[in-house]
Amino acid sequence: MSGFAQNTFNGLVSGAFYALLALGLAVIFGMLRVVNFAHGAFYMLGAFGAYVLLTEAGVPFWAALVIMPVGLGLLGMALERAVIHRLTTLDPLYNFLLTFGLTLILQDLVKLRYGVQSSPYATPSLLSGSVNFGLFDFPTYRVFILGFAVLLCVAVWWVLTRTRIGMVVRAATERPDLTRAFGIDVGRWVTPVFGFGIGLAGLAGVLAAPMRAVNPLMGADLIIVVFAVVVIGGLGSIFGSVAAGFGIGLVQAWGEAYLSNFPIVSQTIVFVVMAVVLLWRPAGLFGREEAPA
Amino acid sequence: MLRIENLSASYGEARVLRDVSLQVAAGEVVTLVGRNGAGKSTLLRCVMGLHAGQRGTVELDGRDITRLPAHKRARLGLGWVPDDRGSYATLTVTENLILPPTVGPDPWSLERVYEAFPALHTRRDSAATMLSGGEQQMLALARVLRMGARLLLCDEPTEGLSPLLVQQVGDLLREAKRHGVTVLLVEQNLHFATGVADRHYLLAEGRVAEAMDNSEVRSRERELLAYLGI
Repeated sequence: MSGFAQNTFNGLVSGAFYALLALGLAVIFGMLRVVNFAHGAFYMLGAFGAYVLLTEAGVPFWAALVIMPVGLGLLGMALERAVIHRLTTLDPLYNFLLTFGLTLILQDLVKLRYGVQSSPYATPSLLSGSVNFGLFDFPTYRVFILGFAVLLCVAVWWVLTRTRIGMVVRAATERPDLTRAFGIDVGRWVTPVFGFGIGLAGLAGVLAAPMRAVNPLMGADLIIVVFAVVVIGGLGSIFGSVAAGFGIGLVQAWGEAYLSNFPIVSQTIVFVVMAVVLLWRPAGLFGREEAPA
Repeated sequence: MLRIENLSASYGEARVLRDVSLQVAAGEVVTLVGRNGAGKSTLLRCVMGLHAGQRGTVELDGRDITRLPAHKRARLGLGWVPDDRGSYATLTVTENLILPPTVGPDPWSLERVYEAFPALHTRRDSAATMLSGGEQQMLALARVLRMGARLLLCDEPTEGLSPLLVQQVGDLLREAKRHGVTVLLVEQNLHFATGVADRHYLLAEGRVAEAMDNSEVRSRERELLAYLGI
């Protein structure tokens, strides 16, 4: 039983990263109709930025947790203004070429300076050690990640469902043209929303730094699963991406624990789930078919 | 109030409107009738600023708004009632109503909307797409009245509605007119059109074929119905 609880807990923790990254992809896709293949690179930049801030300027984890998301969010907004917004009128192929190209550039810039080996990032002292919840000891840092990610998802949900900004974003996501016809300058919201999604990726990266190896390719490995998560949840569905994020974290952790004798199954289970979901519901679990303009 | 001069519009290679010129005076209710594909809906979309690829001039109160984006036109007092009713699935009924900012001097309050449409009040926290077709049509009309729009652009507001609801839509438009609201209406139902409108434009193959008043439409009803294929 305690083994099961531990696997479940670990699944939820990796799910928290999937959820934060998928949430950013979902709001960006909803508002811009752009699939941001560079999302993993911004996650990596979040982790790497925290590492560089600490080793070269002595900036602690807690400060990095604010500095990196804000800084990367601003960088995202600049990129949106400079290049991303040009994609809206182009063939989706250019969407892939541009954002994947950005990934390669960002990865190689980091490689150029820091090489490809992984760098350790110490767990902040406040969160070292473990917490005992009865069944077994949970590492404090992981408990923090899970709590923080859940809190953040709830906060985003609250903003989206309970505030005027959220209402405008939902309307613009669902029917951009119609929303313009009701006197709302949809274009004004595009850049901040893109920046916000990138900021979330950067935040996830900072959170990952003490727990995962910090290296230029850390985002590339993760983002493939995140895209499966987004497709399962339903492209553009906020709730779907968060739910699928945690769900896939669990499926993966259980698969690794209980199907470890069948590595082929445990390593591909996420994509099997994706294929089954797509056969059953082509728009994803919580996705809706595109509405006309 | 609204003046359209030599308006042409196309979808890719296909020209849908050819040199259309028409005017709507303040406080008038004017309909556009015509066969499917005659360009009625495209004309409304051009006025709203939702159609890319148009030539000609659209003027509101003497001001050239041809180059103005849709959201700025809405803020000048244009109220959009789209043919699919434009209900947002991800917004509640109340949110659908309060999404547009108020733009005119005489907007309806939310209380007044709910008094006039008890069904919307009952379902105010449901997703708008859970309403019946008729209720969604009322929602679309109530939304532009709450905006306080001065010129309503209504694309077939009676399509698919029961006779009772058609009458309700008519009552609403007549009440709006009494309060000085101007309406440009795409309508296939000639009986309804002559009941609410002052004048009519017959569109054929992207051109204004005829301008008619109510008595002319009534006296030529058979001929027009046959032409429209209804």
